[in-house]
Amino acid sequence: MADTLSVAWADAWIRGAQAVLAEHRMELIDLDRAIGDGDHGENMDRGFKAVVAKLDEGGIDDVQGVLKLVASTLMSKVGGAAGPLYGTAFLRAAKAAEGDLDANGVVAVIEGALDGIVSRGKATTGEKTMVDAWTPALEAAKAVAASGGTAAEALRAAADAAAAGAEATIPLQATKGRASYLGERSIGHKDPGATSTAYILEEAAKAAEAA
Amino acid sequence: MSVALVIVSHSEKLAEGVVELAAQMAKDVVLKAAGGTDDGRIGTSFEKVNDAVTALREAGHDVAILTDLGSATMTVESVLDFLDDEEATHVRFADGPLVEGAVAAAVTAQVGGDLDAVLAAGRARELFS
Repeated sequence: MADTLSVAWADAWIRGAQAVLAEHRMELIDLDRAIGDGDHGENMDRGFKAVVAKLDEGGIDDVQGVLKLVASTLMSKVGGAAGPLYGTAFLRAAKAAEGDLDANGVVAVIEGALDGIVSRGKATTGEKTMVDAWTPALEAAKAVAASGGTAAEALRAAADAAAAGAEATIPLQATKGRASYLGERSIGHKDPGATSTAYILEEAAKAAEAA
Repeated sequence: MSVALVIVSHSEKLAEGVVELAAQMAKDVVLKAAGGTDDGRIGTSFEKVNDAVTALREAGHDVAILTDLGSATMTVESVLDFLDDEEATHVRFADGPLVEGAVAAAVTAQVGGDLDAVLAAGRARELFS
C-alpha cells in the first residue's frame, strides 16, 4: 500500500464510483422517489458516466485535476440538486488537494467537500441530507490522521462512518430540501444524497487500499 | 443600463410561461427563459443559466435571476460563484416567489428601475407583510 495517494488513486476512485453508482441507479431512484423527486439515481449515473468519458480523454496529471474535472462535469451535466451540491463539494475538495495526499491531505479534501456542501445547501447535521454522511466521515478521518494513521486508513474510517451516517438518516424527519415538504412522512426512509455519499467514499477507500 | 431577467425553472414550459406572463406588462424588458435540463428533462442547467446570463451581459444589460425551487437556486448560486467581483455586481439573484416576483421585477425594469430596485421588487415582500 502506497504512503500517499496519487492521480492513479483519484482516477481509480472516480471510475469505481461511476461503476457503483450505475449498479445502484435503481436503488437511488427508489430512495429518492420515496421522499423526493426521484431523479437522484439517474442524475448521479449520467453525471459520473460523463466524468469518466472525460477522464478517458486523458491529460490529467494530479489529484487536483481529477477533482476539478469531476466538479465542472457534475455542475454542468447534473440537473438536480446533486449537480450544484456535488459540483461545489468536488470544487472545494480540489482546492484543498495539494500534490499527493497523506492522511492530513485526505482530511483536507473531505473538509473541503463538506464545507462546499454546507455553503451551497445551507444544511446542518440532523436535517436528513448528505451532510449527515459527510460530517461523521470528516470526524472519523480526522481521528485517524491525529493518531498517525495512513491515508488509506483515514479513507476507510471515513467511508465506514459515512455508511453509518447514511443509515442513521432513516429515523430522521427531513427539514431541508424538497423532502421537508413531506414532514413526518419522510421518517423511515434513507436519504438518497447521504446514500450516494457513502457509495462514493467507499470507492475512495477501496481505491486507496488497492493503491 | 437596462435590467433584463432570467427565469430559471425546473420545467422548460413553466419558465417560458412565466416569461410570457411577465412580458405582458413589460414590453421593452428582455426576458430569457432557462428552464429544464440540457436534454429537456425536469431539472435545471448550469449551462442554460450561464449562457442566458452571458448573452444578456454582452448585450449590455444588468441581470436579475429568479428561480422556482431550492435546487434551481443552488444552480444559480453556482453560476454566480464563477463571476468575478465586478461582474457579480451586475448579475444577481432575486430571492422571491417566481410568478409574482417575475411580474413585479419586470414592471419595475420597464419603468426604468435599476438592478437594486428590480431585485427588491422581485422579492415581492408586500405579499408577505
